[in-house]
Amino acid sequence: MVQLTDVRLRFGSTWALAGVSLEVAGGGLTGLVGPDGVGKSSLLALVAGTRALQQGRLRVLGGDMASPRHRRQVCPRIAYMPQGLGNNLSPTLTVLENVDFFARLFGQERDERRRRIGGLLERTGLGPFARRPARLLSGGMKQKLGLCCALIHDPDLLILDEPTTGVDPLSRRQFWDLIASIRADHPRMSVLAATASMDEAARFDRLVAMDGGRVLSSGTPAELLLRTGADTPEAAFIALLPEARRLEHHPVVIPPRPRGDGQVAIEAIDLCKRFGSFLAVDRVSLRIERGEIFGFLGSNGCGKTTTMKVLAGLLPATCGQVRLFDRPLDAGDLATRRRVGYMSQAFSLYAELTVHQNLVLHARLFQVPEAEIAGRTASLMGQFGLEKLGDALPDALPLGVRQRLSLAVALVHRPELLILDEPTSGVDPIARDSFWQQLIDLSRTDRVTIFLSTHFINEAQRCDRLSLMHAGRVLVSDTPAGLMARRHQDSLEAAFIGYLEEAGAGGAMARPPGAIPSAPIAAPAVAADDRPTPQPERLGFSLQRLGSYTRREALELGRDPIRITTAVLGSLFLMVVMAFGMSMDVEDLPYAVLDRDGTTTSRDYALNLAGSRYFIEHPSLDGYDALDRRLRTGELSVAIELPSGLGRDRDRGDPTAIGAWIDGSMPMRAETVRAYVQGLHAQWLAVRAGLDRGGAGPLSPARIETRFRYNPDISSLVAMVPAMIPILLLLIPAILAALSVVREKELGTIVNFYATPVSRLEFLLGKQLPYVALAMVNYGLLTLLAVTLFRVPVTGSVLAQATGALLYVICATGLGLLISTLVRTQIAALFGTAVLTILPATSFCGLLDPVSSLQGPGAVIGAIYPTAHDLTISTGTFSKALGFADLLGPFAALLLAVPVLLGLAVLFLRKQET
Amino acid sequence: MRAAHVLHLGVKELWSLGRDPIMLLLIVFVFTVSVYTGATVLPETLHTAPIAIVDEDRSPLSQRIIAAFAPPYFQAPKLIAQARMDGRMDAGLDTFALVIPSGFQRDVLAGRSPAVQLNVDATRVSQALTGSGYVQAIIAAEVLTFVRHDQPSPLPPVELVVRMRFNPALTKTWFGAVNKVIDNITLLSIVLTGAALIRERERGTIEHLLVMPVTPFEIMASKVWSMGLVVLGAGMLSLVFVVQGALAVPLAGSLPLFAAGAALYLFAATSLGIFLGTFARSMAQFGLLLMMVLLPLQMLSGGVTPRESMPALVRTVMLAAPNTHFVMLAQGILFRGATLAVVWPQFLALALIGTLFFAVAHARFRSAITAMA
Repeated sequence: MVQLTDVRLRFGSTWALAGVSLEVAGGGLTGLVGPDGVGKSSLLALVAGTRALQQGRLRVLGGDMASPRHRRQVCPRIAYMPQGLGNNLSPTLTVLENVDFFARLFGQERDERRRRIGGLLERTGLGPFARRPARLLSGGMKQKLGLCCALIHDPDLLILDEPTTGVDPLSRRQFWDLIASIRADHPRMSVLAATASMDEAARFDRLVAMDGGRVLSSGTPAELLLRTGADTPEAAFIALLPEARRLEHHPVVIPPRPRGDGQVAIEAIDLCKRFGSFLAVDRVSLRIERGEIFGFLGSNGCGKTTTMKVLAGLLPATCGQVRLFDRPLDAGDLATRRRVGYMSQAFSLYAELTVHQNLVLHARLFQVPEAEIAGRTASLMGQFGLEKLGDALPDALPLGVRQRLSLAVALVHRPELLILDEPTSGVDPIARDSFWQQLIDLSRTDRVTIFLSTHFINEAQRCDRLSLMHAGRVLVSDTPAGLMARRHQDSLEAAFIGYLEEAGAGGAMARPPGAIPSAPIAAPAVAADDRPTPQPERLGFSLQRLGSYTRREALELGRDPIRITTAVLGSLFLMVVMAFGMSMDVEDLPYAVLDRDGTTTSRDYALNLAGSRYFIEHPSLDGYDALDRRLRTGELSVAIELPSGLGRDRDRGDPTAIGAWIDGSMPMRAETVRAYVQGLHAQWLAVRAGLDRGGAGPLSPARIETRFRYNPDISSLVAMVPAMIPILLLLIPAILAALSVVREKELGTIVNFYATPVSRLEFLLGKQLPYVALAMVNYGLLTLLAVTLFRVPVTGSVLAQATGALLYVICATGLGLLISTLVRTQIAALFGTAVLTILPATSFCGLLDPVSSLQGPGAVIGAIYPTAHDLTISTGTFSKALGFADLLGPFAALLLAVPVLLGLAVLFLRKQET
Repeated sequence: MRAAHVLHLGVKELWSLGRDPIMLLLIVFVFTVSVYTGATVLPETLHTAPIAIVDEDRSPLSQRIIAAFAPPYFQAPKLIAQARMDGRMDAGLDTFALVIPSGFQRDVLAGRSPAVQLNVDATRVSQALTGSGYVQAIIAAEVLTFVRHDQPSPLPPVELVVRMRFNPALTKTWFGAVNKVIDNITLLSIVLTGAALIRERERGTIEHLLVMPVTPFEIMASKVWSMGLVVLGAGMLSLVFVVQGALAVPLAGSLPLFAAGAALYLFAATSLGIFLGTFARSMAQFGLLLMMVLLPLQMLSGGVTPRESMPALVRTVMLAAPNTHFVMLAQGILFRGATLAVVWPQFLALALIGTLFFAVAHARFRSAITAMA
């Protein structure tokens, strides 16, 4: 079924897979075991066809996975559930919408979809939650939903990447029971799963132990135990490691806790925390004694992290009380914070600071006396084996070492209480054991109180006392032995499951596995003749698959307030801003007169200025000092100096000159002022000359009749608004289209595109359509705004304008998609698109200078950039009364740009991760 | 507040920035290449305007007029037939179309004052107004010299002598360069602080700070001083070496006074960056917010077009934006050589706006950071 021959995979300089050869037979449940980062996920992604093969041979379901043709043929027979809780689900979509998206991708008709989805939701117990958004599901429910999505098309090969990591013990058991029952119904289906938890190893038919990108050993669980002579799978795994690694391992030794003095380190009384309508922590009471190692167990999303954050003083409690060292916790009290060390779930030190700088910074912030800092950091680095790594940057260190560094940082100020949120998740067993030994030493030797959360049962076993948390409530708190005794169970896991079942966790899933085959499941639909075998016509272009992406994109967009607001109102807002900001009509210019003449002539000249709508008169000037000062403050844009003897000289015809002092600090305004002043001056001269001659002016040798066409008032708005609309229709639609694809890359949902039969063109068009629709809404609103608020009428063909806009927004979103295929992060997509659209669109497309004025590269961009053509259509239909027939050139250019842009985007988009 | 914390956290910010090559590249780029090109590519008022001429006269005078249109103001005129004129203007190929009627030279010489027709595409406001003035002046001058057999024309009775203060030749580079520096100071101060905050939240380091004996005030103050210092330093270097050096723009006023004003402005702008950072949940959202905020701030501050051309409401609203005051202050000091006695109102306004922004960001800081964590 699956055959790997010397498969190698390299990321940069590190080998994720260093020559793996493996054969997986059909019909079984095969498990890849090993800690994080040993190459399990890479291997599964290769088998699923979502990651491109680099070296070696890989055959899946009877064909070569290096061949795109074979991948396309077999992908409807493979289902892939990537790592992480619901990573390929859309968090804002509901349970039903998520499954429906996959059903449509696999081309199922409405009746078939309804039957299959109904069956799967029923079977997984998700039926009652069908309308709940995926992000509000618990970890276990997310994984069940992921399984529904994977099983919707009845795959022959089901690939599960760590499906139960971060899930509570009950959900974990239910998940595997579900897999078992589905396999019972579909004996031909093979399951290939990865797990980091050795506790689960016994469930598999066959185990493949991996480390360092290689297969250590494979066989049935019993064979592996026998071969290594170990009594637990974890011990067997350690025994399989190469000797050098194995020697680093020391079994954890837990000395008994000395009798406490009953002093309470931290106590929570009826603690609640509410986020909106969601009660994350529900009346939690805890009491942890000094020097105790207290464990907090529960699934992801059950409220552990929130509780710990409240206890650490990070979040204010909604109700209840926290007492820290016998005093009420006060988030503003900086003194108590010095007694607490906190280590959050993800690694959260400064990646830009070295190991040593991180330690020193934290020591200083915790006000360790400057004289002690050097000694303290040196001793911590010694204690945690970091001596040689002082100048290393944390990102370059393995996960286990980074966790040690985090712990060292949390201890830098000698706290009496340590709060550790899942400190060992993702750390390999050897590093985990050494980490635990350090915790135990701290507790037993230094009497540091340790409060930690975990979802590893074997870690829970090591705690002095435990609390089990579920759905925001603490179910029970006791010693591990006490818990087992209370439930009459001989394993801690069984005891927990008992408590969880009692609390009603798991819902419909709690049925015993034996009862399931009779349940109404997808099985009836999966009669041998009804199997959705890949039919050749389904591999061609499919509107349904395209529509599936369109639907999903539209739903997601509608639920993201910042994006939808930007999409609908962003362009309108920017249009108003730009219309005001780019207006070139300068009015109300402040001026003052320095009148040294004081005759009727000079007063007449001043009056002529005051009568102009362009100028506003300020108090008159009394000399050059005032003139200079008031120009310097920016109060005046222009000062007019009327020389003494002006009236007399003009009447006599003697040469005389009026001075205009213009503030030149803003050249554009200065030029406008000059034009106005000169115009008024000429006008005044003409009027005076006419009066002198009794009306008739002299004939000039030639007259110039100027016709300002299309915009007789020469209003800035009439000119700018039609030119701004194409620019606004480019910027935001292109950015949103680019983000829509890159967002999937960042969130990981892009894996659905890799793993399902959707083609590149279907994917891109499906993503594009909602944005084209939104951009057309925007076009309508912008035009409305232009006609109403800015009073710029459409004089030509509205239909031609709208058709041009449609073609143009397809180009604009296509450009965004093209950019999205070339970048990896949303921020790069955002700035990349902004740079590649704003500059060419505003500089080379005729907004300020007409394209025909441009030379060199600018002229080339102006000739091919879509904005230039839509700008011609827009100004033509707005101001020049044109229709289709007059604008054939620009229409042809846009029609050509659409396939070019989409074709390039399809060309650059990869159907596999590389 | 502990000054030591503010100092250490600020030094940490500087380290972070120092190890981020992309941000460093961005800083260098915007204060060198971007300022230089931004200043030099600004088009002069009229630059290679396309003009077409319908010459129905074909006389020495019409030839003379045609020959008078030349780069850099105009492109070499295209000689077209009357029938093609409307189509070419509709397609936006020509901004100006001049029709010289047949018998023009004859009528001029006969003193019948014939008319040439100048068609202007008034949807191109930037070229239309100034350009038609130039066209009229060129034709009038050519006709006059033709009529007077190349004798100079007499002076008008009262001359208007226009003197440009502070920028005698109205060199746009001067204005463009300083304006680019101002824009980039705004851009970087908001991006650096906002992005630093979001990066801390995305990586979870901000939570770490909040469990330490460090107050939100200290965290914010450290970002303000460190990022402000970087931008101020880069901006001043750009002013000295790029604007004064490479672009040879004479700056009239006192650079230390400008630096003091810029420091006050950075206080306001970095606070604004933190404020925006508390709203965005991711870098992408921050980017979208940034575009919606930055563009209005820059376009309406008075740095692109004069404030006089904006509606009164916009002018009033924009008084609340720090950019407006900074642009006034910068133009006053750098171009007009204003002293503190002149620009103190802007200093006061910046200090007030900065304090207000900082206070609002501070009020949002803790709740926003923890609610979204």
